[in-house]
Amino acid sequence: MLKGNGARRLVQRFGLVSMFAIAMLIMSACGSSAAPAGSSTAPTAASGSGGATSGDQIIVGLITKTETNPFFVKMKEGAQAKADELGVKLLTGAGAKDGDNEGQVTALENMVNAGAKGILITPSDTKAIVPSIQKARAKGVLVIALDTATEPQDAVDALFATNNFNAGLLIGQWAKAAMGDKKPVIATLDLAPGITVGAQRHNGFLQGYGLAKADANSSDLVNSPEVVCSQDTHGDQTEGQTAMENCLSKNPDINLVYTINEPAAFGAYQAIKAAGKEKDITIVSVDGGCRGVQGVVDGQIAATSQQYPLKMAALGVQAVVDYAKSGKKVSGYTDTGVTLITDKAQTGVDSKDSKFGTENCWGTK
Amino acid sequence: MSAVVSKVTKRRSGVLDILRGSPIMGPFLALIAASIFFATQSDKFLTGANLSLIIQQVIVVGALAIGQTLVILTGGIDLSNGMIMALSSVLMTGFAVTSGLNPILAILAGLLVGIIFGVLNGALITSIGLPPFIVTLGTFNIAYALVRIYTTSTITNLPPAQLFLGNTFSIGGTEITYGSVLLLILYAITWYVLRSTPAGRAVYAVGDNPEAARLAGINTKRVLTGVYTVAAITYGIAGLLLVSRTGVGDPQAGQTGNLDSITAVVLGGTSLLGGRGQILGTLIGALIVGVFRNGLQLMGVGSIYQVLITGILVIVAVSIDYLSHRGK
Repeated sequence: MLKGNGARRLVQRFGLVSMFAIAMLIMSACGSSAAPAGSSTAPTAASGSGGATSGDQIIVGLITKTETNPFFVKMKEGAQAKADELGVKLLTGAGAKDGDNEGQVTALENMVNAGAKGILITPSDTKAIVPSIQKARAKGVLVIALDTATEPQDAVDALFATNNFNAGLLIGQWAKAAMGDKKPVIATLDLAPGITVGAQRHNGFLQGYGLAKADANSSDLVNSPEVVCSQDTHGDQTEGQTAMENCLSKNPDINLVYTINEPAAFGAYQAIKAAGKEKDITIVSVDGGCRGVQGVVDGQIAATSQQYPLKMAALGVQAVVDYAKSGKKVSGYTDTGVTLITDKAQTGVDSKDSKFGTENCWGTK
Repeated sequence: MSAVVSKVTKRRSGVLDILRGSPIMGPFLALIAASIFFATQSDKFLTGANLSLIIQQVIVVGALAIGQTLVILTGGIDLSNGMIMALSSVLMTGFAVTSGLNPILAILAGLLVGIIFGVLNGALITSIGLPPFIVTLGTFNIAYALVRIYTTSTITNLPPAQLFLGNTFSIGGTEITYGSVLLLILYAITWYVLRSTPAGRAVYAVGDNPEAARLAGINTKRVLTGVYTVAAITYGIAGLLLVSRTGVGDPQAGQTGNLDSITAVVLGGTSLLGGRGQILGTLIGALIVGVFRNGLQLMGVGSIYQVLITGILVIVAVSIDYLSHRGK
């Protein structure tokens, strides 16, 4: 590093970098006039297939929480199918992991720059994303939240989502009917603090069971004496298993487990099976993914509330295309529906069996 | 000093020799090649607004990577940097919004807590002699927990003084944020200090051969403590940049900051073994990640492929570094 002519070489290297920085600034200064110069060097075939170039093709953006969760994979499939049907271009992006706000901000900015007419987003951090959404909307981009509401909800133009409170309510009502006069000893395997979806499902469940009254839009968990153990799982199977193991050591009499989603439910089942209590404990969940519905078939999950990500995405793409063509923006909240899936139907609680669940599930069958 | 610097490498001709002669040439050429490629793929890439955006998108990792470069030059590693940033940013916004402290004082308080973590890292590494990997893994978790003990919900409605770095000025119609300018200034300062001051040379010497450095009269413990402390200042500044960029204090932030910053450092040609590397290479490394992310997004390529390509680039970069120095 510090050899005799090192200093001179360093100056040369710094020179290269500063040249690049200056070049970038000059390009910046030229602003849009630099664009035609850039594109004129491009082979036309490449820019044609490059896609982001043609002025008349409508561009729709979809930003999910992660790339890997089957729920979002299905959402992407639904959006892609609709985009192909309508002949529009779909750009996709995601955070690096659940809760990665900056990754979503970056994708949002890139899509606005790419000329997206509208952007569909499942916000990872319901409050933190809001200033970036406001910037996009100020540039005339239609922003629709899918699956998860922003805080405040009207930070976006419209929301297409499952009513998560309802989803919780259904499994709560079912559990009450299924438990009969047995005294419930409940464990709740929740999402993470401060995330609305997690609170809505949890609170809906307790209200459905008649154990607590809750505000349907609150992001704070309500509680009741029957709940003897509450743990965060981030919707993860491994964390769900650890949480359930801890809950069982805390109170071995647990007989009802609410889980935020099916991966957490499978984790809980592993822990319960290891403790030899799978006959004594009822697991209820939310999602209706194909693996989850299979869990209902196999008797691991007693009941689950099924939601419809494909529908959310298809409606979203349609709304953006409508906006691009007519200038009319959708607004407000559209409930994309939820169905209780169980093979132990209870009187007074609407449900469908696992056959219906399998036919309508998302993810890999 | 002469003990450290007098090694003469045997000359070999060829591409590797060119790269050895100038370790940031490779990353620099990669950045240029990628930019040219994306310019041919999307006419939106080479616009002022887009290039300005790419810089905005790398300022946070870019600032984290300054501290990480200093630490890696000493042969260490800092896993705690993203969480120190998150703690600083949550405290500076929380003190201002929740506790009603003067916004500027709140920023200073957030930076101060970051610095305390840097001193703690340095003290544990030098006084007990623990490996940096272990120490910073521990402080990563401590800072992670402290963030969540302080708040679990995002802090919003920030005072304008804390968002100043996100404001823009215009050059020829292109909006450039003050944060981007601050980042370039930080790199220029670090470049100068590493190149032209005894302290900078001591950083290289300690990383190249701590024993030789000690025999040459360098107080290696003081150098290491100083490096971890200065690094923490850059993490605190990264926190301020993050706040100005996203407009909120986000307790979920920073969890991948350590790996993202190491990626930028490695892509920039700095050796993980210490003692060899360039701060400007790190800036180029951060820009490479930003250019690929933005360019692929403009092309409509899914973000999982951006991760794939970043992984390949890291392996290529380290391979080049290894091959070009094997004869040493």
